Amino acid sequence: MNPSLQRGAAAAARGLVAIVLTVLGLLAVTFFIGRVIPVDPALAIAGDRAPEHVLQRVREELGLNLPLPQQFLRYVGKALHGDFGNSVLTTHPVLDDIAATFPATLELATCGILLGAGLGVPLGVWAAVRRGGVADHTVRVMGLVGYSVPIFWLGLMALVLFYAKLGWVAGPGRIDVAFEYSFERTTGLMLLDAARAGEWEAFRNALSHLALPAGLLGYFSLAYISRMTRSFMLNELAAEYIVAARAKGLSETRIIWRHALRNAMVPLVTVIALSYAGLLEGSVLTETVFSWPGLGLYITNSLQNADMNAVLGGTIVVGTVFIALNLLSDGLYRLLDPRTRDTR
Amino acid sequence: MSPHPHRLPLRRLARFALAVAACTWVPALLAATPKDTLVLAMAFDDIISLDPAESFEISTGELLGNAYDRLLRFDVDKPSKLVPDVAASWAVSADGKTYTFTLKSGLKFASGNPLTADDVAWSLQRAVLLDKTPAFILTQFGFSKDNVKDRIKALNATTLTFETDKAYAPTLVYNCLTANVASVVDKKLVLSKEAVKDGAGDLGWAWLKTNYAGSGAMKIREWRANEIVALERNDNFSGTKSRPARVIYRHVKESTTQRLLLEKGDIDIARNLTPQDLDALATNKDIKTVATPKGTVYYFGLNQKNPILAKPEVREAFKWLVDYDAIGKTLIKNIGVINQNFLPQGLLGAASDKPYKLDVAKAKALLAKAGYPKGFKVTVDMRTTQPVQGITEAVQQTLKQAGIELEILPGDGKQTLTRYRARSHDIYIGQWGADYWDPHTNADTFVRNPDNGDDAKSKPLAWRNAWAIPELTKQADAAALERDGAQRAKLYLALQAEFRKSSPFVMLFQQTEVAAYRANVDGLKIGPTADSTYVYLVGKK
Repeated sequence: MNPSLQRGAAAAARGLVAIVLTVLGLLAVTFFIGRVIPVDPALAIAGDRAPEHVLQRVREELGLNLPLPQQFLRYVGKALHGDFGNSVLTTHPVLDDIAATFPATLELATCGILLGAGLGVPLGVWAAVRRGGVADHTVRVMGLVGYSVPIFWLGLMALVLFYAKLGWVAGPGRIDVAFEYSFERTTGLMLLDAARAGEWEAFRNALSHLALPAGLLGYFSLAYISRMTRSFMLNELAAEYIVAARAKGLSETRIIWRHALRNAMVPLVTVIALSYAGLLEGSVLTETVFSWPGLGLYITNSLQNADMNAVLGGTIVVGTVFIALNLLSDGLYRLLDPRTRDTR
Repeated sequence: MSPHPHRLPLRRLARFALAVAACTWVPALLAATPKDTLVLAMAFDDIISLDPAESFEISTGELLGNAYDRLLRFDVDKPSKLVPDVAASWAVSADGKTYTFTLKSGLKFASGNPLTADDVAWSLQRAVLLDKTPAFILTQFGFSKDNVKDRIKALNATTLTFETDKAYAPTLVYNCLTANVASVVDKKLVLSKEAVKDGAGDLGWAWLKTNYAGSGAMKIREWRANEIVALERNDNFSGTKSRPARVIYRHVKESTTQRLLLEKGDIDIARNLTPQDLDALATNKDIKTVATPKGTVYYFGLNQKNPILAKPEVREAFKWLVDYDAIGKTLIKNIGVINQNFLPQGLLGAASDKPYKLDVAKAKALLAKAGYPKGFKVTVDMRTTQPVQGITEAVQQTLKQAGIELEILPGDGKQTLTRYRARSHDIYIGQWGADYWDPHTNADTFVRNPDNGDDAKSKPLAWRNAWAIPELTKQADAAALERDGAQRAKLYLALQAEFRKSSPFVMLFQQTEVAAYRANVDGLKIGPTADSTYVYLVGKK
């Protein structure tokens, strides 16, 4: 077998073991925290008015009368067979719920990170190159505002301005009621589904609904990414190889974008990947303001009602996303930085 | 080489960004809701089942009220009057135990199946057999899994008998049959979807949780949790056909978001606006509002397991330490009216007496008499939602004037409720909504406590506050059996008088539900109960 292939296989196996162990650990922690929350899950199902015998029956059905470790084993055993149980709030299997809510978050987060990284990196570079200048200060203030203003408030203000007053974008929700049933939702990604069905009016409408929340999330990740880019770039620009490049007479453009940025990209990839993962977890406040039926809202709502199957299912997804993006950025490292490649 | 070569990509980038913005920019469409579709924004994250035998949630109540028929309903304009639904007429036997209902003829379900007395009997039996949360509304008349098939039965296609264990007040029995749990489900359709496990059928329960099998004005087409509910006109409906072809509920949790959607015309009706947002809409000529007093009352419950709170003088002192006037004018403006009785206005026998007002001197004298001239320290479990948070903080201030230090233990709804139900609170601020449109629903919980023991079978609010009241329990039972309407009202007035004086409940206000709607909408009326708001009667110009 080709040795590099072998190494690749070994790395993949290590990655897989890491995923499984991390997810199991996450599950255990979430499970036990969920069970010590002082909320009676039976109450969420049967309601406040349920007579005592109905509540008791619900507790038995949920297995809440068993000892904790036994409950956990039961859960993991079922999960290994692909049965993550039903959500008590939506009554659907947890997997179906996640399949319904995750695409909404995925669409939003992907557009958000594309905006955030697409604009944040050049802005950071610009600020680093013009250090101390107007550009630098502008980017810094933008970053500070992005950090310090509550997203909830900013979202509402953006809605008031761009939706209510100016009418530039569509309002809360993913699509207008008129288009709600105009095409089939196979992937759950509105833009993709509308495009596949050739429903371009619906596509434009969905895009218009997406613009504000995605722009908002994009702005918040931009604030972080541009600051990080600036500081990585300053490090690189002070390095000796830049002096050498200048001495060689390379153009400034080439020095900044080819040499310095390429080296700064190595740590930046991790920053961007983790920002993306953070967005994929679902931004509860953004989802609330924009009535976006995403994963963040689903998990929060489930947690408040002690709907543990749903919380655990959501945790697995979020955990897996984090690990996968981490592995991906590790992979990108290898591509970007020859030193990290195995040379044995 | 230009002096600032690194600017170039930025310029290109800016041009790209502009291009992206241009693609995204879509001029907002005018009047975005289609003419034949009524669009509402509502917070409906409480829905957990669409099965009338199981559902007991507020949002579901409204959906089922529009989508399912029952034997009879109460008149929304005059809630004490009963009107026919699938029953054309009804009568009770001389001994007061056997009720006979005669159905209208030619009724059909949305599925096309004929609706007969057998469907009605089976639906009621099914609710008792499944024994989910709302089943008590029927089982309180003596039905059990063993006897229900004999006691509720169809005599022929249009006649049904209903046999109770005692001679209850007929109004109580009829009122209970107007509740959602007594909805008529399509026996043939539901049984065809029955899931059988270990030889036992589930009576279609798993299927009906997310599906529809009724005969009401609207069909439930789809429920996507926390996203959308779609109703559709049922052309088989026997009554007035639905005005809108479709009704769409969009889940919008935030009041301000609902307001913006309404102002823009992306929705026709907003259902969960805060007093602040309602105020902000007051000057908008395109928006109107409609309000109805609901069957929900708010109160403080003082746990009698706490020896200080158990003293009668302390209980009374609390009632003098609430600034009802100020709360009514500010905190619950637009959303409630002060009410100091356990019955909400609109129910048979509801009293309107309001003896209490803020009187610190009187409260201090009572506290001194109880042995606490300098006050004491006590905690309150409070949900962090409005208006309960504002009210609790206001009362914290007035209690301080009499030396009582109130420590607030904030929590989310399920958390505080779990503590309340375990009787581990000192004070709890809660609300109680009528389960069906009859005074017994509130008497049953506020002035009935058949067993005050820790492992009691039923745990009404009186039990949760450990208020042992054998005498009042007897009186409440008598009121449920009183067959003369006027006499029955008198019994409830007497119960309320005693309750006002000695109960450990500080009654605060009765909720008013307000909906805001666009001026081109007509016919919207909020019902006093969750299941009596009929969206199928709402039209649009």
